[in-house]
Amino acid sequence: MSEELGACSECDALYRKRRLNRGEVARCPRCGAKLYARARLDPGQMLGLVTGALLTFIIANAYPIVIMQVQGVSNSATLSGSILTLWSEERRLMAVLVFATTQLFPLLDLVAMTALLSVAVRARRKGRRRPAWFAPLLRFLQSMRPWGMTEVFMLGVLVALVKLSNMAHVLPGVALWAFGALTILLASILAFDLRSLWDETEP
Amino acid sequence: MSPRPPVATANRAGLIGCEHCGALSPLHPDPIVCPRCGATLHRRKPDSLNRTFALLVAAMILYLPANLLPVMVTTSLFRKTHDTIISGVVYFWNTGSMGLAVLIFSFSILIPMLKMGALGFLVISVRHGSARTRRQRMVLFRIVEFVGRWSMLDVFVVALMAGLVRFHSLAMVEAGPGAAAFGAVVVLTMLASFSFDSRLIWDNDEKCDER
Repeated sequence: MSEELGACSECDALYRKRRLNRGEVARCPRCGAKLYARARLDPGQMLGLVTGALLTFIIANAYPIVIMQVQGVSNSATLSGSILTLWSEERRLMAVLVFATTQLFPLLDLVAMTALLSVAVRARRKGRRRPAWFAPLLRFLQSMRPWGMTEVFMLGVLVALVKLSNMAHVLPGVALWAFGALTILLASILAFDLRSLWDETEP
Repeated sequence: MSPRPPVATANRAGLIGCEHCGALSPLHPDPIVCPRCGATLHRRKPDSLNRTFALLVAAMILYLPANLLPVMVTTSLFRKTHDTIISGVVYFWNTGSMGLAVLIFSFSILIPMLKMGALGFLVISVRHGSARTRRQRMVLFRIVEFVGRWSMLDVFVVALMAGLVRFHSLAMVEAGPGAAAFGAVVVLTMLASFSFDSRLIWDNDEKCDER
């Protein structure tokens, strides 16, 4: 009986759950919070999107973001290179901050999503039960999600480009486009309601 | 407004909602972990107001070095300049990029200040606010949660510039101590907003001790 009831996580008001159509969002009548949602894409399609994002993530990190030329000398910066520079210049705290928000957390997010969505796909096809790591991984993903800041970093890259173009000749690198694509992919991946994974994997 | 019957809440119904998976469990006999996902259950986030307030004070203290110390040190052939966040804004304004100047001013100066003010106001108004402004306060809280992360912008700009501008004798950019302090302010205010339990805004007519 209490399965169909839920409490708004932002104001504690009780609501009765009903089945949504794809792309629908249920909102709290009292405070307007998002209660639960059903994604436009099913877990299998979502998995495809996440795999694409993982590949884009690798490209974004392997290639230079910007190439800069000053009096015939050219220099390029990858994200990892910039973080290592900060570290070697004794800006350790900042290096850790940038590493965590632009590399570690986004990568962990995508890897965790891959694992959890695979479980949802298999649960639906073969009626498998949730593995023991499902719940801890999902909880971990929920609490670390706000700390991935790819979209903020993307804007930072654009600001840096404008700033540098006043001083010297700058060329956008492959990773700049990859980061742009990753930002768009992540926008739809992060819109996926993680709590719906519980319903999707219900035995 | 005409008085309405009290809204049914989980707390009034003797239930406790899991913060992670949303499953409801009965309050008695005092469940400790959620039977579905294994998360620790709290009726309200533990010590919410005190934690929010403490993190907020820490952020406010660090806000001073974040603005007074240089975030970026540029060395070129003849001179060395120390840029603070404000001088970065002034630079964009003077070189004709008004739009960018406004963007950085909003993300790096305006939003952090408004955010700290708003969180302080929310903490105080849990005890003293009127029930009529609840919905507005809720909107304010959502804005605070949403915009907080965007203040990291300047930190990323400096990190990238320091990684790229390395032409030893010609031009060098290094990150200054202000950038790390600024990043810490953003992290602390984000932690402060996560420890604030928005259900407290709606609670003040219920007898509900924070636990």
